[in-house]
Amino acid sequence: MPKIPAAVTAAAMACAIAPFARAGSSDDLDEVRAEIQQLKQDYETRIRALEKRLAAAEAKATRAERKASDANRTAGKARQQALETKDAVAEASQPMTAPEAAAPAPAQQERQNAFNPAISLILEGTYADFSQDPEDSQISGFIPSGAEGWRRGLSIAETELAISGSVDPWFSGYLTVALAPEGEAEVENAYFQTSALGHGLGLEGGRFFSDIGYLNPQHQHAWDFVDAPLPYQAFLGGQLADDGVQLKWVAPTELFVELGGEVGRGESFPGAESGLNGAHLYTLFGHVGGDFGASNSWRAGLSYLHANPKDRTYDDTDSVDMPVTNAFSGTSKLWIADLVWKWAPEGNPTSRNFKLQGEYFWRDEDGTLTFDQEGDAGGPLSGPYSSSQRGWYAQAIYQFMPRWRIGLRYSQLDSGNPNIGLVSTGTLPATDFPLLEPYNPSSATAMIDWSPSEFSRFRLQYGEDRAQHGVTDKQFYIQYIMSLGAHGAHIW
Amino acid sequence: MRNRLIRILLIAVLATCAIPAWATLNVFACEPEWGALVTELAGDNAKVYVATTAMQDVHHIQARPSLIAAMRRADLIVCTGAELEVGWLPVLLRQSGNDRIQRGRPGNFEASRYVRMLEVPSRLDRAQGDVHPMGNPHIHTDPRNIARVADALTGRLGEIDPQNAATYQSRLKDFSARWDKAMVRWQSRAAPLRGMPVIEYHKAFTYLFAWLGIQATGFLEPKPGVDPTTGHLTELLAQQKSKPARMVVRASYNGPRAADWFGERAGIPVVVLPFTVGGDAASSNLFSWYDDMIDLMLEGAK
Repeated sequence: MPKIPAAVTAAAMACAIAPFARAGSSDDLDEVRAEIQQLKQDYETRIRALEKRLAAAEAKATRAERKASDANRTAGKARQQALETKDAVAEASQPMTAPEAAAPAPAQQERQNAFNPAISLILEGTYADFSQDPEDSQISGFIPSGAEGWRRGLSIAETELAISGSVDPWFSGYLTVALAPEGEAEVENAYFQTSALGHGLGLEGGRFFSDIGYLNPQHQHAWDFVDAPLPYQAFLGGQLADDGVQLKWVAPTELFVELGGEVGRGESFPGAESGLNGAHLYTLFGHVGGDFGASNSWRAGLSYLHANPKDRTYDDTDSVDMPVTNAFSGTSKLWIADLVWKWAPEGNPTSRNFKLQGEYFWRDEDGTLTFDQEGDAGGPLSGPYSSSQRGWYAQAIYQFMPRWRIGLRYSQLDSGNPNIGLVSTGTLPATDFPLLEPYNPSSATAMIDWSPSEFSRFRLQYGEDRAQHGVTDKQFYIQYIMSLGAHGAHIW
Repeated sequence: MRNRLIRILLIAVLATCAIPAWATLNVFACEPEWGALVTELAGDNAKVYVATTAMQDVHHIQARPSLIAAMRRADLIVCTGAELEVGWLPVLLRQSGNDRIQRGRPGNFEASRYVRMLEVPSRLDRAQGDVHPMGNPHIHTDPRNIARVADALTGRLGEIDPQNAATYQSRLKDFSARWDKAMVRWQSRAAPLRGMPVIEYHKAFTYLFAWLGIQATGFLEPKPGVDPTTGHLTELLAQQKSKPARMVVRASYNGPRAADWFGERAGIPVVVLPFTVGGDAASSNLFSWYDDMIDLMLEGAK
């Protein structure tokens, strides 16, 4: 085996280090016209002469300024003075330009409240009409996730107040408070984020929307439909936000590659409040994305969510219609694959654009299911439980002219056939677990929205929801979304 | 034989590392004009990534994955600032994980900080449309602003890459000499345009018009950033009888419908100006872009 010579090794090392190193009569009229023409020509000649002098003066000023700036290359102050002199020369020699040019306005405004964080407010309201009572609606075949539904009739939805700003050179902070129509305030997001770690790293801590999936990290007012698709309702309780820490890394490559993970309290579904030490939920996710030419862009992602709920309770009714509270303890593993493609002619989405997105969910739960935890119906009784469940949705949004968009969405779930130990051993009949009776829920939705500006939007939505066994719920919504205050910047 | 192999290996290794050793600065330019300016000032010392095109509305860019990836690798970002990019740049900064280009760092260059802003609103209210609190951000349509930004940008390039500071200074000198000459040429050629009334789509060329003394007598947009409405266009048509404009000017990224509708009814030409470098076939660099804008305006004024 030939030894690698020292010179090659040294060169290879140098190579590895190098990237880090950087208007009488007609006669009278004609006479007047001729005079005017003469005057006009005189003036034009004079104006041209003036303009030539002006241009020459400007060029001279620029040259003088450059000399000054060359001489004081290191003194930035001198350069600034030269620029100011140039402005004065330009103004003095230019009485013919628009008056705004001479208006004394400072380049940058100083404001007393400059350190106040940015504040924005989202106002939202709906008129909802459902053929089924939303109070009784459940997703059949799935352990309820606690996802909140919408109220019938006219109501304001969540009012969102967002405050954000830099903490210091190293951190920035974010707060989103959701004001519920009933009057409660809920901390939706409250987290800090690092801005100075470098190397593509970003750390977040607090309560934030998990970066799993495509829709999850987006705020509800940025969604393309009023409600979340079925898999989000069944597997993530609508949207996953947990208290914890997130670490993300963006690769230094032309292709967008992002890897990250989160560790959380595990209080949100599919977790459950445990009151124990330690973390009970973690996630891992990876995203890749890029462009196809100037008009197409895409992103694909794969996410994993692991939770260890303890006594995750849900309400059901047993075979003799007695209300019971059941509980699941064990492990919940969820995989999500997502794909998004956006098209805009020449990358300009302002008049027309198209968006296609889809996500596939796959969840395995394994543990113990306790029947009638409160002991109201002869319980409690415990036995093993395992399930393997699937779900997906796909949606397409098309902006066919400025301000107008239409969208279609289809969601489907497959409950599989959960293995309930208490039933398979004959201890209890399957009718004691009506919610867990196998079913494949589905939902089809169409929407049209109109946005008078980027800060306001009105939406009409109609959906046929077959989430519940043998029932079709016709859901009709009218929604408005208004955003005030600091200009929002949305994630892709 | 073995010595020869070693020599080839050595040359191969040195050749591959030669690229990172000299192609130093990764520059992320938010808009094509700044990308072109960096190329003028830095030449081969910078690898320039231009985030937007003249066919896109810089107010409305989506924070695409490809932009995040490019920002991740940037040593310097050159943007307009003045909240022009407020709807997307903050997301890119936040998601890039790159500390060098965050606000307040040498790697974050905002061109609007080095020029005098026009149309600074005295009253801030979104009822006035999509107003920019710091003034009209389309500063690049006045070549004097390009000169000011070039001076400041050269200083910044030297700060980030001190080894090549002298190169940047000499390139600035060369660019400035050519630019000053071109400015004299543009001003004398554009002299017939002085005082000419025009109708503009959006307040995109405010600085160009201020420089050349062209008067914008109306805008197709009822309020900045609000799409033209039939009602507003009809009002503008009525105004055309008392205050006739000579042409309708729209930027390359504005849709043709409203401008064509108005031009046809008012019987005046529609002039499509390249909004920035790359806005049409003739605008391949900063010089040809200004040449082209003045050619098109003169052609429309005939």
